Amino acid sequence: MGIGTFILVSIIKIVVAIGVLLTAVAYTVWLERKVVGHIQNRWGPTRVGPFGLLQPLADGVKFIFKEDLIPPHAYKPLFIAAPMIALIFALTSISVIPIGNWITVFGIHTPLEITDVNIGLLVVLGITSLGVYGVALAGWSSNSKYSLLGGLRASAQMVSYEISLGLSLVGVLILAGSFSLRDIVDAQAGTYWGFIPRWNIFQGQFIAFFIYLMAAYAETNRIPFDLPEAETELVAGYHTEYSAMKFAMFFMAEYANMITVASLATLLFLGGWHGPHRFGPPLLQAILPVFWFAAKIFAFLFLYIWVRGTLPRFRYDQLMAFGWKFLLPLAIANLVITALIVALRA
Amino acid sequence: MLHLLVFSVFGLVCVAGAVNLLVQRHPINSALSLVVVMGSLAVEYLLLGAEFVAAVQVIVYAGAIMVLFVFVIMLLNAGEEERTKGSRVAMLFGIPGMLIGSVLVAWVLLEHSGTGNVATGALPGPPKVIGWLLFHDFLLPFEVTSVLVLIAIMGAVVLASHPGSVEQRSTHEDKREG
Amino acid sequence: MVPLSYYLVLSGILFACGVTGFLIKRNIITIFMSIELMLNGVNLSFVAFAAQWHALSGQVFVFFVMVVAAAESAVGLAIIIAVYRTRETLNVDRVNLLKL
Repeated sequence: MGIGTFILVSIIKIVVAIGVLLTAVAYTVWLERKVVGHIQNRWGPTRVGPFGLLQPLADGVKFIFKEDLIPPHAYKPLFIAAPMIALIFALTSISVIPIGNWITVFGIHTPLEITDVNIGLLVVLGITSLGVYGVALAGWSSNSKYSLLGGLRASAQMVSYEISLGLSLVGVLILAGSFSLRDIVDAQAGTYWGFIPRWNIFQGQFIAFFIYLMAAYAETNRIPFDLPEAETELVAGYHTEYSAMKFAMFFMAEYANMITVASLATLLFLGGWHGPHRFGPPLLQAILPVFWFAAKIFAFLFLYIWVRGTLPRFRYDQLMAFGWKFLLPLAIANLVITALIVALRA
Repeated sequence: MLHLLVFSVFGLVCVAGAVNLLVQRHPINSALSLVVVMGSLAVEYLLLGAEFVAAVQVIVYAGAIMVLFVFVIMLLNAGEEERTKGSRVAMLFGIPGMLIGSVLVAWVLLEHSGTGNVATGALPGPPKVIGWLLFHDFLLPFEVTSVLVLIAIMGAVVLASHPGSVEQRSTHEDKREG
Repeated sequence: MVPLSYYLVLSGILFACGVTGFLIKRNIITIFMSIELMLNGVNLSFVAFAAQWHALSGQVFVFFVMVVAAAESAVGLAIIIAVYRTRETLNVDRVNLLKL
């Protein structure tokens, strides 16, 4: 296709992706409040709209109208820029995540992702590494002791668990032979004996999946690893001094990171958009992969929220010891064993 | 044409970041402009086809080393720089000297360049080929650098720990309990 | 098509800014960052020459430069922390006597 068509199609894809992602973020918040509410034997939001479905809209309106305070001795440029940095990097990682096969719309043959890069997995890891800046700079520029401690702890935790996150993914890379996310998903197509899917989690990356799960909980600062933003420990950690729209940006960045991590787990371990799809009219066959992808992400997010409602949080030294002394050696062992098996099989 | 445009835009961002590093008085601003320089250098590497090097530049350099710098600036609460006599002398001689030196070098490079054009993505560096080189031709430097990193970790832990805390921790605890 | 000399001029400008920062700045952390800037300039010329001579070892050498830069900044920042603990200052002009 010509360059004009390419730019137009890309812009449409970007607009749709950002719109869908922001709506998903808002409704993940709703889902969390409902599920955690039911776990704690209460209803969760029920008043605004049926089942409280319009609650995110009410929250958005509240955030827009709240007073935006900037503490007197805060370092203003970074105080204002830090939530924007966090949100920008959280939203950018969606650009290399594929959600379905190639489709043909109005004669234009295009993949269901914004762009397919040969090093897609490294792009996502790089954006995750850059996301640490939002947290660290927010904690420092607020000029408050709770924020500084929370920011330092949160960024140290994120940097430590990034290593185990990356190493747990190398096993998947060895099995697939490519960094491109679409190639990794295509390597998981097909089934054994007609009904056991050829997902990476069944191909021996079971331990890697659990390492990834725990490292992902620590990367997104969620329970049981959310000491840096726990109310009883550090007021609110690095976003203590933030109000209104800036706090909303941190909130959105956290949930967008959760969705990114969930989609990465789906692509790398749970087979992406592959599922039973050989039935129905051709239109259904084109849409069904997207539905399977969304269902798997929903399952992963439900697991996130379920763990949040159930477990207590780690102390900071327990957290760091767990990351460095348990997860990292386990990830290296997984890598060595996977590489050995693949080398001996070839 | 597009190649030249993208190169110039990101080259300008690089130079602006580097000059901003020199001009800013607070070290945190210098650190953030260095992150911007590293990001635009990653784009330049992509223009030359070195995709794996660009990704590693973002993950390792901009995402880990610079985070370390930002941590230290936050921990030590580094404030703005002061103007001392030494710094005035250095600026008086240093800046004109470096300007003249770099203009000379740039002139020589542009005049006597018989070096030809470089196309977009001139030398694709896919991770597979780089991995092959790293583990076959460059295996010895690879192993030596891993030992180097281990030594650096040990050195950093020992240097930055509190004085006497590494060896004398057990005697401190005995004294407290007794 | 961009001439190779443009990449080399950009690399030279980055290196020159790094040297200038090393000479004129008084905060020890900023001096360190100027060293990193110099290393980045050198990395760019490695990759540019690798593209021109079609030798991938240029890109592999960039890895080694990055690893060495990481190791050196870790140890250097630890030294800076140790110096700050004893002298209470980050200004290199004040760290000029062996006596505290």
